Amino acid sequence: MSENELKRTALNEVHRALGGKMVDFGGWDMPVQYKAGVIDEHLRCRTSSGLFDVSHMGEIWVAGPGSIAFVNRITTNDVTKLVDGQAHYSALTNEKGGIVDDLLVYRFGEEKLLLVVNAGTTDKDFAWISSHHSTADNCTIENASSKFCQIAVQGPNALKILQQITETPLEAISYYHFSEGSVDGVEAIISRTGYTGEDGFEVYADPQYAEQLWNKFLDLGGFGSDAGILPCGLAARNTLRLEAAMSLYGHELGDDITPYEANLGWITKLAKGDFIGRQALAEQKEAGLQRKLAGFEMTEPGIARDGFDVYVDDEKCGLVTSGSPAPYLKKNIGLAFLPPAFTTAGQEIKIDIRGRKVGAVVVPTPFYKRQK
Amino acid sequence: MSNIPENLRYSKDHEWIAVNGDVATIGITDYAQHSLGDVVYVDLPRVGDKFDTHESFGSVESVKAVSEIFTPLGGEVTEVNDGLNDAPESVNGDPYSAGWMIKMKMANSGEADALLSAAEYEEYLEASA
Repeated sequence: MSENELKRTALNEVHRALGGKMVDFGGWDMPVQYKAGVIDEHLRCRTSSGLFDVSHMGEIWVAGPGSIAFVNRITTNDVTKLVDGQAHYSALTNEKGGIVDDLLVYRFGEEKLLLVVNAGTTDKDFAWISSHHSTADNCTIENASSKFCQIAVQGPNALKILQQITETPLEAISYYHFSEGSVDGVEAIISRTGYTGEDGFEVYADPQYAEQLWNKFLDLGGFGSDAGILPCGLAARNTLRLEAAMSLYGHELGDDITPYEANLGWITKLAKGDFIGRQALAEQKEAGLQRKLAGFEMTEPGIARDGFDVYVDDEKCGLVTSGSPAPYLKKNIGLAFLPPAFTTAGQEIKIDIRGRKVGAVVVPTPFYKRQK
Repeated sequence: MSNIPENLRYSKDHEWIAVNGDVATIGITDYAQHSLGDVVYVDLPRVGDKFDTHESFGSVESVKAVSEIFTPLGGEVTEVNDGLNDAPESVNGDPYSAGWMIKMKMANSGEADALLSAAEYEEYLEASA
C-alpha cells in the first residue's frame, strides 16, 4: 500500500513536525516513535507522563431500547452489570468462541452504548456486528470512527495535567469509568482508561480540536523539559502494554484464539445468558484447554520475538505471541501460548532464537504493576 | 543528515571499516544506528572465528527489530567489543568510536580497496533515500 493511500488521523502533520518516524499500522500512517526514541518515551510514561494519539481506534455507537441486550449477545462480558458512566473490557466472539476483536464497552445510558475497537479491525468489526444485527434488535448501530479523535495522556502526572484544563473532578472518576465534560473548552468524553499499565485518561473529542488538545497537553506537561511529558509512538505503546501484560489483537488475540486461552476468563460471563460463541466456550471450559497464554522472561542473553518457537525438554510446544526488551524492567520478556501444564511460574523453557535455544522461565503476569 | 567520517571506508550494508595495516575495525554507521532506533543487544562472534566476505557475523537488536550484520570483508576475528554487552547503547551514541564491534585480520587486504569512500557512501545513501 503506498503512503498516500494510508489513512491519517487529524494529528498526522503534528506527528511529522515532531519528528515522528511514520509507519503503516493496520492501514494507518502512524508514528512508531518520535525524536526521543522508544526507550525514553517508555520510561517517561512510567515516571512522568506520555501522550499518545490513538485517534485511529474505531468508535461504534449503539442506540435504542435494545442496545444492552444486543451488545450482550455479541460480546462476552455482562453488559447488564454496567452503570451509566462505566466502561468494561470485553471481546466480540465468533461461533467457535474465537476472538473477532477485543473492545471497550461504554455505557452512556440505558439506551446508549459506545464500542471502542481496534484500528485495523474497525471495518471488519462493523461488518461483523452489522451481520448479526437486525431491526428486531430494536437499536441502531453507527460507525462513528471519523467523528472522534482520541488522545491518551498516561502516567503518574496525567491527572494533574488534565485537571488544569477541565472542571470535571478527575479524582472522582474511578478506573474504567468516564465522564462527559469540557477539556480546554472542547466538548469531550474523559475516560480513566489506558493501555500502558499506568494511571491515565483517554480523551475523545471532535477531530477538529485534536491539534489544540494535543498541543495543550504538551505545554501543560512540560514537553521539552527534563522530566516533562513526551509524545509516545506505537513502539512505546507496545512495550508499555507488554510490560503490563495487556493483550494485542493479532498477537495474543485472534479469530482462532478463545478468551480462555488468552487468560480472559474474567471477561467471559457464561452465566449471563446466550451470546455468540457461548456454546463453544462452555464446551472448552468443560473439556479443558490445550494451550494457554503465559508470561516469560529470558534467563540467558537474547530477545524473544513474535512467532519464535518455544521448547520444553527439547520438544517444540509453544509459540511466542509478543516478545521484546522491557525498557522499564530492563529484562527481555514475552508472552507465549504453552500447554497448560507448562504455564506455572518457575517452569523452565527455551526460546528458539534464530536456531539457538535460549533459556527463559515462566513468570507471573503482569510483569509490571504500578505502585498505588 | 548522517555523520559520515572522511577517514573511514563503508559497505552498502551500512558498516564502517577502519583499516590499519592488515587489521580492519568494523562497526555500523550513524545512518544504520538511526534507522534501527535504540539498540538494546548486540550479538557478536568469538575471537578466532573466521568469516568470508558478506557473511552474517552477528546481529544488532533494537527494541523493535533485529538486524543481521555482515562482514564487509573476509578474515579472522582478533578482537570483539565486550563493552557492548553492558552498554549496547554506545552503538547509538557513539557509533564510530565506543560502538565499534569487531576487529578482523583481513584475509586479503586488497578487499579494503573495493569498499566505498565517505563520498561514495554519502552518494549511495542519497540514491537509496
